[in-house]
Amino acid sequence: MIVAGVDAGGKNVHIIIVKDGQTLAKTMAPSGINKAEAAEKLYAETLKQAGLKREDVERVVATGSSGERVEFASGVIPDAAADARGVNRILPSARTVIDVGAEEGRAIKISGAGKVLDFAINEKCAAGTGTFVDAMARALETPIEDLAALSLESTNAIPMNAQCAVFGESEVVSLIHQKTSKPDIARAVHDAIAGRVGSVARIVGLEDDIVMIGGVALNNGFVDSLRRELKLDITVPEDPDYIGALGAAAAAEAGVTEETVKATVVERDTVEEG
Amino acid sequence: MAKYKTKNLECWGKAKELRTQYYKDYQAAHDKGALRWEGGAWSFDAIPQALEGEVYGLTEEPYGASIAADPKMQVRYQEAAEGKWGCARDLCAYLRNYWGSIVLNEFAFGGEWPKADFIFQNHICCTHGKWLQVAAEIGGGDVPYFCFDVGVGPYDKIGDRQLDYVVGQLNDGIEFMEKATGRKLDDEKLIQNVKNTYDSCVYWAKICELNQAIPAPLEEKSMFSLYVLGTLQKSKKEIADFYKYELYPEVQDRVKNGIAAVGNETCRVLGDSQPPWAFLRIFRYLEEYGVVSMANLYTFALIGWWEINNEGLMVPYPTLEERGIEIKDRQQALRLLAEGELKGKLEWAQFYSARYKNDLVTKIAKQWHCDAAIIHLNRGCEGTAQHQMQIKQALQNQGLPTLTFEGNMADEREFDETRTRRMIDLFITETLGLKKITE
Repeated sequence: MIVAGVDAGGKNVHIIIVKDGQTLAKTMAPSGINKAEAAEKLYAETLKQAGLKREDVERVVATGSSGERVEFASGVIPDAAADARGVNRILPSARTVIDVGAEEGRAIKISGAGKVLDFAINEKCAAGTGTFVDAMARALETPIEDLAALSLESTNAIPMNAQCAVFGESEVVSLIHQKTSKPDIARAVHDAIAGRVGSVARIVGLEDDIVMIGGVALNNGFVDSLRRELKLDITVPEDPDYIGALGAAAAAEAGVTEETVKATVVERDTVEEG
Repeated sequence: MAKYKTKNLECWGKAKELRTQYYKDYQAAHDKGALRWEGGAWSFDAIPQALEGEVYGLTEEPYGASIAADPKMQVRYQEAAEGKWGCARDLCAYLRNYWGSIVLNEFAFGGEWPKADFIFQNHICCTHGKWLQVAAEIGGGDVPYFCFDVGVGPYDKIGDRQLDYVVGQLNDGIEFMEKATGRKLDDEKLIQNVKNTYDSCVYWAKICELNQAIPAPLEEKSMFSLYVLGTLQKSKKEIADFYKYELYPEVQDRVKNGIAAVGNETCRVLGDSQPPWAFLRIFRYLEEYGVVSMANLYTFALIGWWEINNEGLMVPYPTLEERGIEIKDRQQALRLLAEGELKGKLEWAQFYSARYKNDLVTKIAKQWHCDAAIIHLNRGCEGTAQHQMQIKQALQNQGLPTLTFEGNMADEREFDETRTRRMIDLFITETLGLKKITE
């Protein structure tokens, strides 16, 4: 059976095509403003990479904050459900998933069957997300790719407030003015987000094995900070940013399709609320 | 085909009428020589309403919530409070709506801000301790203000000493009102008002108790609108009669005949705190999965009076008739009023410790046969949002899957509806394993 999983996130789209559990092709591109178009274009490219036609793919399941916009998908699953399935596929012993993407940082407690038992998500703000890292890298005038290596050079822990991206940025500027070294600031940024993500993770409880996924998992400077924050071992799988798409593909294999039929709800009068 | 029979509430129109009349009366009070007073939903309204002649009140929280129901209006009022007057965004969202209304000199139900003749308030939390004092200052500082302390402990710590302390202040309050208005307190009216208060509060509890039935005869979205009458004027005869003689028998009838609030009730959910008023449609969204929010300490105990019986169960507080009490004079009326408000109103308990709140919430989850909990982490009210994560743990320890979502009862800028729906989808489909219901 050939299936595809599409993770249409806030910053990037990831697509993976799987045949009988084996990956045939995987691609990633910025999702931009027109998420539907970005997904469509990337899907065509992924099919080409796999040497397949659309009709060769039996089912496509989408996930991510823009999953509903993926018009060629026959089903949509919530992103945390995709994370749980994806992680369970590669590491069945995993019980805690930490996913930090561009716009959300979340922790998920999962069962041995890859079912979501509990979850917690960062508050409605950029702190605790990949977007925060991007903003701080800009403030440091450092390419995001270099931030991880830079922070691993740090020898000093400097406390920094990550309650808000705007305040965080002004704090970075203050640290620059205080002539704090770039590595120390980079580490302070990662430590601050790790503190936020750690709080979210503690809400669901931390149970081994702990797996970190999402685009920010590619930043080993952040992973180092999170390990120190949690004082626990964290596994980062290969291609951690593709796990959501892999989970969507797993759902496609399991036969998830669109299931949204209007419920039988009696229309009631509404009084002005008080 | 729905699983259960369902139909609209027949007394719904009456509820709407009572609420509309309340605000009209307040607005038009001075035109007919009546007095206006401001207070809170917890302000022992039986007392100011017992002054001679016609008296109309405005309670702060329901007024703030009414503004909240309209997102455009709430933001305009909040920006007035924040921008023109400089109030901080993390203060109580009802309070900001209320102050914004005064700053703009605009009554949410039409016309200019109707200035009160006096304020009769109590310290239920830090916000209420200052809310109307500041409101009076914004309005020129010439509205006589009285505020009494009720921080005497949770329901199981209320004894003679605590009652003496509060009743003493109520007597001071009467003296204050008589001096401020030049009107005397009418003891017969007071006695009747206290009887009405007992009826409103105990019968609302009895109505909520009926929701233990499967299927639930009421869902929470409607209950939010029904309890509000008690927050406006629980001492009013028409409101007491509505609960006792209209809503209660109708809900009894629904239970007897198996009439559900939601025809496809599949999963019964416990809530917490006030809802995000401008987005009550999320409760209807739950119903698409057959998930019915039908129990909540706030909804049950904001006006409902309860007690914990010898078996440790939460049961309605006894009526005066059930206790064989005939009120004879002012002091007895004040003491009975204070006793009901302080001992029967379990909603106070959450202000004292997580232990009390956890105990009550887990009792509700068990007695009302809840299958899961969906908790609104309400940034708009520090009081009711206290201990919410402890509640989550307590409920999970009891085996209840629990979802929390962030929001604000009256500031839509802090609520993300799309994100909340995504979390609801995830929780219901993955954690609860339910699907949308087909015809």
